[in-house]
Amino acid sequence: MKHALWKCSLLVAMVLIAVPLPAQQTPPSASQTSVTNERLAQLDQRVTAAQSSADNAWMLVSAALVLMMTGPGLALFYGGLVRRKNTLAIMMQSFMLMAVITGMWALVGYSLCFGGSGPVIGGFEHAFLRGVGAEPNADYAGTIPQMTFMVYQLMFAIITPALITGATAERMKFSGTVLFLILWFLVVYAPLAHMVWGKGGLLNAALGGKFPTLDFAGGTVVHISSGVSALVCALYLGKRTGFPKQPMPPHSLVLSFIGACLLWVGWFGFNAGSALASSPLATSAFVATHFAAAAAALSWSAAEWIKNGRASALGAISGAVAGLVAITPAAGFVAPMPALVIGVVAGAFCYWMVTRIKAIFGYDDALDAFGVHGAGGTIGALLTGVFATRLINPIFGPGKAVGGSDGHWGQVGNQFVGVLIAWGFALVGTLVLLKVVDLITGLRVTEDQEIEGLDITQHGEEAYNLEP
Amino acid sequence: MMKLEAIIQPSRFESVKDALREVGIEGMTVTEVRGHGRQKGHTEVYRGREYTVDLLPKLKLEMVLPDKLVNTVVDTILKTAKTGKIGDGKIFLSRVEEAIRIRNEERGENAL
Repeated sequence: MKHALWKCSLLVAMVLIAVPLPAQQTPPSASQTSVTNERLAQLDQRVTAAQSSADNAWMLVSAALVLMMTGPGLALFYGGLVRRKNTLAIMMQSFMLMAVITGMWALVGYSLCFGGSGPVIGGFEHAFLRGVGAEPNADYAGTIPQMTFMVYQLMFAIITPALITGATAERMKFSGTVLFLILWFLVVYAPLAHMVWGKGGLLNAALGGKFPTLDFAGGTVVHISSGVSALVCALYLGKRTGFPKQPMPPHSLVLSFIGACLLWVGWFGFNAGSALASSPLATSAFVATHFAAAAAALSWSAAEWIKNGRASALGAISGAVAGLVAITPAAGFVAPMPALVIGVVAGAFCYWMVTRIKAIFGYDDALDAFGVHGAGGTIGALLTGVFATRLINPIFGPGKAVGGSDGHWGQVGNQFVGVLIAWGFALVGTLVLLKVVDLITGLRVTEDQEIEGLDITQHGEEAYNLEP
Repeated sequence: MMKLEAIIQPSRFESVKDALREVGIEGMTVTEVRGHGRQKGHTEVYRGREYTVDLLPKLKLEMVLPDKLVNTVVDTILKTAKTGKIGDGKIFLSRVEEAIRIRNEERGENAL
């Protein structure tokens, strides 16, 4: 489409240049031809530059939107869900990741994810951001500076480990959290990101993967990886003191509400930005994202209404987040109607996970990082295989079937393999890292510190000093 | 002198305060408290987890009154704090031995 438009404008330009010529009734001289060629080359350059500016503008905005999802979005969402004494601690974990992952990303992170072309992990080609500048990297995004691509992908690497803090909330040491998440970023996130999105990655659908897994914006890389790791963390750390007998209601659903709304808006950068261009595909992903969020908010609320006789605010916002999680891998592959279906399924499924399944097994996933991101990411990744269509994104080549709705049901199998690998990688990697960090800094605060609250014991301050 | 403690519904506080001012009460101490009598609490549900909240917010008014005002004040509170439903609260009266104003060391009812 873009290509056709480009050709048309060239054609028009050529006609405009050629029209006056017959009027002169003389054949074009050599100098005239070279002038024409020069003008065409200039035009060509300008068209490329115009497209690059448009794409770059959208991608920079998208990068900022994705950063907004971590702080303030996730920080507020999680911050409101904890008890008052742990508010700053959980917000600080998100904020710290904004800083520390940025440093890691510049040193080796970007290179491990997007340098080289190995099946499991990238290389050190772009370590210290060597060779990452204004020139586009044609393998990933041919119209924007590689530096834009780099900073956009950085924002994903920030939010993913931040999601895990929802499971470890209210009982994990600050030092242990930071060390664990840095290592987790290197050992779990970087390989998964490379496998799914990196050139030559095992699961890459566009650049020669063995098991082409469709993951538009990070269903496996971001949500399954963080969600499953969150479950492992919750099991390894054990329950919060007093759970489940002692009541631990969210201290401010107003904060969570604002956070969830910021997440919803930020997700447009996350999903629509993953088109890596200001293209019709970005629009399609934008719409799918919005529709799934709306549908999931409705289905979670409906489930609650049936079960409890009331629809809660926390339920509605949790549903929206579940829908956004589930549509993440699918956003750039599915039409609006299937996006609604994915949302409805995700809202009800995640509701069931955090109410029934969590109660049956009794793990203390404090803020439901697994119940929403692990479960929603898994269901989303599988449904992507069902609903992906060549009409939205012919990723396997023109006319070739993409997902089950095109008749290519084998894609559901590929998705399953991708999901399994992501689950396995997250399970094993997280378990090993928790053991290691437990030996170095320890993971849990003491019971006294837990009762006093992490704000005071870990950071020496309180979230609310309301006395005059 | 009598000490009056009244536990009332927070929603009735403004009416009670205005009515007391009209009958000449110049000072009172108010505390936000939580408690329950026969009124049952309510249930809150957060992501499927139920919490029973049985301590409900109330306001506690405290004032020490000269004997002649006690009946008027009790009547005023009864009239203005009542909604007729369970949970309207209670009034307690007790005798006070002495009152001393810190500023000028006045004693007895003069200090009120």
